[in-house]
Amino acid sequence: MELLPTIWFIAIAALWIGYLLLEGFDLGVGMLLLFSTRKDRERRLMLNAIGPVWDGNEVWLITAGAATFAAFPFWYASLFSALYIPLTIVLVSLIFRAVAIEYRGKGSTDKWRMWWDRALGLGSLGSAFGIGAALALTTTGLPIDANGDRVGGAFAWFTPYAVLGGLAVVGFSLVHASVFLGLKTDGDVRVRARNFVVRWSPVALLPIVAWVLVIQFQNGTLITWALVVVAVIAVVFGWISARAGREGWAFVGIAAFLVAGASSIFAAVYPVVLPSTLDPAFNLTISNAASGEYTLSVMSIVTAFGLPLVFVYQGWTYWVFRNRLSEHHIPEAHLVKPAVAPASSASASASSAS
Amino acid sequence: MDPLEIARWQFGITTVYHFIMVPLTLGLGPIVALMQTQWVRTGDEKWLRMTKFWGKLYLINFIMGVATGLVQEFQFGMAWSEYSRFVGDVFGAPLAMEGLLAFFFESVFLGLWIFGWDRLGKKLHLATLWIAVAGSVVSAFFIIVANSWMQHPVGVELIDGRPVMTDIWAVLTNNTALSAYSHTITGAIAVGAGFVVGISWYQLWQRRRDGIDTVDATGRVVVGENLSIPGRDRKDHAVWIKSIRIGAVIAVLGFGALSITGDLQAKLMFEQQPLKMAAAEAACHDGTSFSVLSIGPLGGQNCDDVVGIIEIPGLLSFLAHGDFDTEIKGVNTLIPEYQALYGTNLPDDPLYGERAGQEIEYLPLMEVTYWGFRLMIGFGALAAGFALLTLWIVRKGTVPRSKFLMGTALLSIAAPFGANIAGWVFTEMGRQPFVVAPNPNPSGVDGVFMFTAAAVSPGVSGEEMIFSLASLALVYGFLLVFEIKLLVKYVRGGVASAMPELAHPDGEGHDGTGSDPDDPNKPDKRDDVLAFAY
Ligand code: HDD
Ligand code: HEM
Ligand code: HEM
Repeated sequence: MELLPTIWFIAIAALWIGYLLLEGFDLGVGMLLLFSTRKDRERRLMLNAIGPVWDGNEVWLITAGAATFAAFPFWYASLFSALYIPLTIVLVSLIFRAVAIEYRGKGSTDKWRMWWDRALGLGSLGSAFGIGAALALTTTGLPIDANGDRVGGAFAWFTPYAVLGGLAVVGFSLVHASVFLGLKTDGDVRVRARNFVVRWSPVALLPIVAWVLVIQFQNGTLITWALVVVAVIAVVFGWISARAGREGWAFVGIAAFLVAGASSIFAAVYPVVLPSTLDPAFNLTISNAASGEYTLSVMSIVTAFGLPLVFVYQGWTYWVFRNRLSEHHIPEAHLVKPAVAPASSASASASSAS
Repeated sequence: MDPLEIARWQFGITTVYHFIMVPLTLGLGPIVALMQTQWVRTGDEKWLRMTKFWGKLYLINFIMGVATGLVQEFQFGMAWSEYSRFVGDVFGAPLAMEGLLAFFFESVFLGLWIFGWDRLGKKLHLATLWIAVAGSVVSAFFIIVANSWMQHPVGVELIDGRPVMTDIWAVLTNNTALSAYSHTITGAIAVGAGFVVGISWYQLWQRRRDGIDTVDATGRVVVGENLSIPGRDRKDHAVWIKSIRIGAVIAVLGFGALSITGDLQAKLMFEQQPLKMAAAEAACHDGTSFSVLSIGPLGGQNCDDVVGIIEIPGLLSFLAHGDFDTEIKGVNTLIPEYQALYGTNLPDDPLYGERAGQEIEYLPLMEVTYWGFRLMIGFGALAAGFALLTLWIVRKGTVPRSKFLMGTALLSIAAPFGANIAGWVFTEMGRQPFVVAPNPNPSGVDGVFMFTAAAVSPGVSGEEMIFSLASLALVYGFLLVFEIKLLVKYVRGGVASAMPELAHPDGEGHDGTGSDPDDPNKPDKRDDVLAFAY
């Protein structure tokens, strides 16, 4: 009888997993810019590896949010208002990240690039951490009352689970970005990315594994434990492939790890979408948070038509830009100067460089 | 600190800000796509230059629309959770459709367009832009559907006090949405066209100032070139004169379409939200005349203090019904009608917080509605008038050397933006005190409405909202400075700012320092260098 809400629970889980899978490497590349290289060409190489695709990847987040609103308005309202402060930080981070990607190359001074790089790195970090925290909390619970409103003040959400979820997505994104760069680039960047995976993924993936296990020990079933096993096999396979220099397989392994791990979480919490830590009677579930049957049917038809289409053309984009990039693909920076005669250009270009 | 007031300010500020970027994207996108189409069809390089230059400005602006749109999407749940719970069944659907059927197309295909130069076939590459532009236009439709449902709720049934959607088709073809959509799109076209006119004027003026173009005795242009300035060749003149003419024609047509669609809007509003339109007219008493100028304390609660100075008999009646002698209900007649239908006081429900039981102020802020309506039309008329003037001035192929006129041209870019902002402020604030406006007429669903006072998130404190309002306002202000700075920089660079090959025809290092021949990473001509790279 709960068929439609169940389908929509799966759809929203799929949108979130799709988001982490695709945007994970965009956010990770942003963070890697904070520390992995100082050479401008290499930074631009890394950025251009995600250049054509990052915006399309971000739409998974928008659609996940909007689909939650449409299918489970009570979940959307309670979760988003309860996490008011962290989501504000996520928004500001996402804004800086998006604008920095577009604007960093449009200035001409090192200072300009340095500051936008920082905005890009910190924006990616803030987004990954905040979104991770929000996802973890919707699986572990928030202090919400009978109306679904948070009690306990602006920071009632701040629990070890929030930190765990934040670290989980940050760590995963770093590893995911590195396998991605290993696959998409050539030269030093590629080598460094591969080494990063081999060396750091056992540490960086610990928080996400911990989150998976916490949920399993609370609500695990046979099926969800099976998914955990799949995830573990996948990640070990990914790591071994990375060490052997098989970048394609490393990417597959890490991606499969995420899909299986995140599915095990969503499957274990079903049918609760947002547990209340005050009283289980206040839990939001797929039955009491969902929209009416008519709305869900309409949305199902739209999605059955729209989502496969997205797969096709987004997949095609990855195909068009399938080539490895290396530094010699990156043109020199184009310095924009006012279109005036050279005599006066000295002073004019000084002002445009600021 | 009152969370409701802060949430309202935040929504108003962030939405209006988003709507500075959005109409430019919506209006400039099709213009760029048309230019590229001409290039693919004719192979004339001037069209390529136009595509690249305007396309660059389009992208600088686009990203800000994306970044600020995210805030809009999250904001309903964060600050307006009661609203989201109340309307979720019907309101979320268009938002989700927007993501699935519009934003994906827009973002994915724009990425293909940006990076696809030289990589995709010419026609395929052109198609990616058209698809991205179509994505924007479709996205605007869905969001207007959502917004119009709040002005005129249709396609639902009240079940347990909540509207439950019963007819998606009614929601999508809401007459309010169709008219608001056509009006908004034409408004966006006016913005894009005005932008093209102002900037092209500046470029033509620069060519005159630098002595590149001159005029002969009859005032006809004599096109020249100055090869020491990147991009300022003969072709460059063709780029700007073509751009300015295209822009001016579109601006004039756009304004014509705006008046027609605006008139449609007005007729619907008289029917659906009579109090909003009465407030826009500062019309206390029933009557038929339109006030061109009224003075008196518009903000005062007694609207009898407002005195009409110039009135055109019959015009109001024409706006509302298309004839000259139908009496239009004034504020004094309407308020008792609203009170009879929706009560004199807010319900005694904890949802309303400290406002529970207070008297309801049905009259929206009259100075806002009155001036919002007039500013919208006034700014629009100004821009259209300037576009007409431009068409006449450039008939001989260039613009005068007057610095004043050039300044006016640049300033006139702002007028359609102003009209858009004024229009939205009027629409949204005129809806108060409701967030979902009731329609005391047969076409709306009876009893579906929500007071703004009940819509805000009950669990969120004023301090939290101050935090978000301050952070967002700060970030927005900061980014606006950078956006304008970059736009100015690229405009001043002319076409060469978007086409490195014009600035460095010899293929030398683009940074102008000359490249180091020993640099092993120096781009090699034989390699497939990205035509566009961040
Ligand atoms: C360049 C922009 C622009 C220009 C020149 C005009 N408008 Fe407009 N107007 C808008 C941009 C706009 C807008 C920002 O797009 C609004 C806000 C909400 C909407 O649907 O469109 C709007 C709203 C709006 C409304 C309110 C509808 C509502 O409350 O939902 C009316 C009655 C009109 N317009 C009527 C006109 C008329 C009669 C115009 C005469 C020329 C006009 N507008 C010019
Ligand atoms: C689906 C879309 C929209 C929804 C749900 C929505 C909802 C709201 C809400 C809840 C408020 C606060 C109540 C109030 O004070 O008026 C508001 C105010 C406002 N909105 Fe909208 N709105 C939408 C679209 C837009 C758009 C597209 C614009 C214009 C660009 C806009 C401009 C404004 C303005 C100017 C205010 C007034 C702020 C104030 O009263 O202080 N809105 N809207
Ligand atoms: C309050 C209501 C609004 C919400 C929730 C909203 C939501 C969004 C979101 C999430 C984005 C980013 C999409 C991306 O990443 O590609 C966006 C961008 C955009 N929105 Fe809005 N929006 C609102 C108002 C409007 C209105 C009224 C229009 C048009 C009439 C509009 C048209 C667009 C367009 C064309 C874009 C693409 C980016 C850009 O063009 O600048 N939006 N919006």
